[in-house]
Amino acid sequence: MADTEIQSFVNACATANIPVGEPDSYVLPPAVVIPVSAPFWQRAARVAQGCGLRWCSFWASPVDESYELFCVLEKSGDYLVLRTRTGKEEPLPSQAPIYPAADRLERHAHDLLGIEFVDAPDSRRWTRHQAWKEHEFPLRPDFIESLSQRGKTAADADYPFVRARGRGVVEIPVGPVHAGTIEPGHFRFQAVGETVLNLEERLGYVHKGIEKLAVGREPDSLVRLAGRVSGDSTVSHSWAACQALERATAFEVPPRALCLRAIMAERERVANHLGDIGAICNDVGFAFGQYQLTRLKETFVRTSHTIFGHRFMMDRVVPGGVSCDIDSAQITSMVQEAKGLTREAAEIVSMLEHSESLEDRLMTTGRLTPEQADQLGVVGYVGRASGRGVDVRHDRPYAPYDRLKFAVPVYRAGDVAARAKIRADEIGTSLDLLCQLLQSVPEGPVKESFPDVKIACEGLGIVEGWRGEILTYVQLDKDGTVTRFFPRDPSWLLWPALELLVQDNIVPDFPVCNKSVNASYSGHDL
Amino acid sequence: MVDLVNVLEWVFALLQMALFVVAAPLFTAWIKRVKCWLQNRRSPPLSQPYRDLRRLFSKQVLLAHTASPLFRTAPYLVFGTTVIAAAVVPLIALELPTARIADAIVLVGLFGLGRFFLALAGLDVGTTFGGMGASREMTVGALAEPAMLMVIFALAMGAASTNLSTVIHSMLAQGLALRPSLLFAFLALLLVGIAETGRVPVDNPATHLELTMIHEAMILEYTGRQLALMEWAAQLKLMIYGVLVCNLFFPWGIAQTLDPASLLIAGGLLSVKLIILGAVLAVAEGLVAKMRFFKVPVFLAVAFTLALVGMLSFVMLESAS
Repeated sequence: MADTEIQSFVNACATANIPVGEPDSYVLPPAVVIPVSAPFWQRAARVAQGCGLRWCSFWASPVDESYELFCVLEKSGDYLVLRTRTGKEEPLPSQAPIYPAADRLERHAHDLLGIEFVDAPDSRRWTRHQAWKEHEFPLRPDFIESLSQRGKTAADADYPFVRARGRGVVEIPVGPVHAGTIEPGHFRFQAVGETVLNLEERLGYVHKGIEKLAVGREPDSLVRLAGRVSGDSTVSHSWAACQALERATAFEVPPRALCLRAIMAERERVANHLGDIGAICNDVGFAFGQYQLTRLKETFVRTSHTIFGHRFMMDRVVPGGVSCDIDSAQITSMVQEAKGLTREAAEIVSMLEHSESLEDRLMTTGRLTPEQADQLGVVGYVGRASGRGVDVRHDRPYAPYDRLKFAVPVYRAGDVAARAKIRADEIGTSLDLLCQLLQSVPEGPVKESFPDVKIACEGLGIVEGWRGEILTYVQLDKDGTVTRFFPRDPSWLLWPALELLVQDNIVPDFPVCNKSVNASYSGHDL
Repeated sequence: MVDLVNVLEWVFALLQMALFVVAAPLFTAWIKRVKCWLQNRRSPPLSQPYRDLRRLFSKQVLLAHTASPLFRTAPYLVFGTTVIAAAVVPLIALELPTARIADAIVLVGLFGLGRFFLALAGLDVGTTFGGMGASREMTVGALAEPAMLMVIFALAMGAASTNLSTVIHSMLAQGLALRPSLLFAFLALLLVGIAETGRVPVDNPATHLELTMIHEAMILEYTGRQLALMEWAAQLKLMIYGVLVCNLFFPWGIAQTLDPASLLIAGGLLSVKLIILGAVLAVAEGLVAKMRFFKVPVFLAVAFTLALVGMLSFVMLESAS
């Protein structure tokens, strides 16, 4: 029944004397759910690591007087969900000593739900700043919050940053407010001269309470919220949320709608990659690249506006399908555009590749070794630039990607140049995918009405957003309202990579390192 | 009668200095315009730097509560030293009373003085970026100043003087001749000028990334008229280097007497030279990315070596003739 990777995990658990329940592939397809008892939570992770499984996500859901906990693991497209239950005061063995990526998500779960972890390497608060108190937990059902009663939130203070002492060591605090129009986040550098010894991130400044806001929503309104988790990934996040809802209710989406969703997702990817390569050029003072690529991005998003009615195609993916349609003239014009853009982008990219001064700045800068990438379980273009070819569209294809042919570019250099190159390659791949999709748009409706939910159900959406794998969990009660929503943006796995890759670089190279990773603040802060 | 001529000459020297100061923003605007053209963008009008200065002058000054009197006086000192430096450099006429103090070593000293106060002001408020900018500026300065002095010595060997007017006179007297020492000194001065005026690839005047800044980091905390003076001083410094390049190596056309006709010709020709130089600079900046900060010493070492080679080639090839 179970997939091979999962069977070998179950066997390994048996060898290690870890009692696991019967694998269940019906609850959260395409993943296989394996119940584990709470005391074995960490040891199960150790076995998983031994089997070479990648750690993807962790979240908890309050159920009556206890918590239900989920951990998602993956190997070669086989997804596995470890599931357990703990009582309210019962601590859980942390998985962070085994999978460092678990650290922040566990701290996030502690700040929002009050789950205690034993053996956690870092027990400092993470998402909580000053908006709620230490012993308040916003995601618990008994937490009733009215912001108007609270007044203005105090500035965050007294966060215990890692300290470095020594002759010539200086601390450089940067942010949370930056000079450019970017999101807020605080970076604490320890440097000797211009060399970075250590970087510590402090995020959470754009915590919007997405998970709390989701509770009690209807599917339609949940997907609108999901589209706002991170504005630049609005299509992928809405798609992931829709996929979770549709899988929960075993709803069959019309093929035309799936095709349109993929068209929009690829357009999102192309637009963001164009902008990112331009921004990387800008951060090393190479204005030519920035302006040319920004121009290409702008014309591209304007087409999106003309055809889909929104530059970022926000709220176009809805439960049951999509809220817009395209005609044959628009298909022709998009194919034309994709072909023209392929040519133009290739031309500019080849100019960038032949610029020695640019090469000098980007190569060897901000190197994330394949070993580090494996350890952190990095996904998306950051992972693919460091030898990890994780791509959901390829590894666990969801419709319509199951009928498409494309290559997943992978490099091992792991530097800024490799991350820029991956993006350039993916622009080509995505434009080619766009042409494939546009030339085979199925006939039929673009939306079918999403059914009323009669029983409590849950679903898992796994979509390859432009930044990487988005994993969205949705739980509905028997009235069809949301009781739990957790979108795991790839940024959760990318931010820790930035801390590592900037070490031993010089302070003035941090902006370009940061841009080459371009993790989302909003998607991470939730 | 002699006195009257003398007074007139002084008046003209002051006018020339004023022209220098007033024209400086225009040179910056011109470079920006060419860059915009190269990037397929519409450029702001040439009057934009003037509008910016006017806007800043009419704005309120905000001071950090940690700012000392030094922070408040630094803009005037930086602007003042740069204006005096402008007075030292012959713009369109040579035979001026200021020629007596037109010494290149004085010029380097004035720039050094301005840099000293600029860096102190960057440190004064105690912010991260100001300190980083000051540290980087001193690193650049410590390497750029010796290179600049070497350029001057290479030129001075031909003229047997470090006086800028004398150097230009001797250039004019020798006529158009390709001399290796001049070629090397010219290249060295270009490199030093790029580093000293904070242009790409050493610094990026257009960046908003605090962590990468040099000059902009030091003046981040300035507002209103103080910021205006700092900006203007930077524009003036760029103009001074531009004029140095034009007048030291291509002095033909500069007025040797103070009659209106030759002054007009001198002004016109200098404008043409600056327009060409600005365009060349903009094109060069468009072609390269900013270099890594730790490559700047190498860049300036190249400038130093070029100047040194210039000097040696003068000794070996030219002094005998």
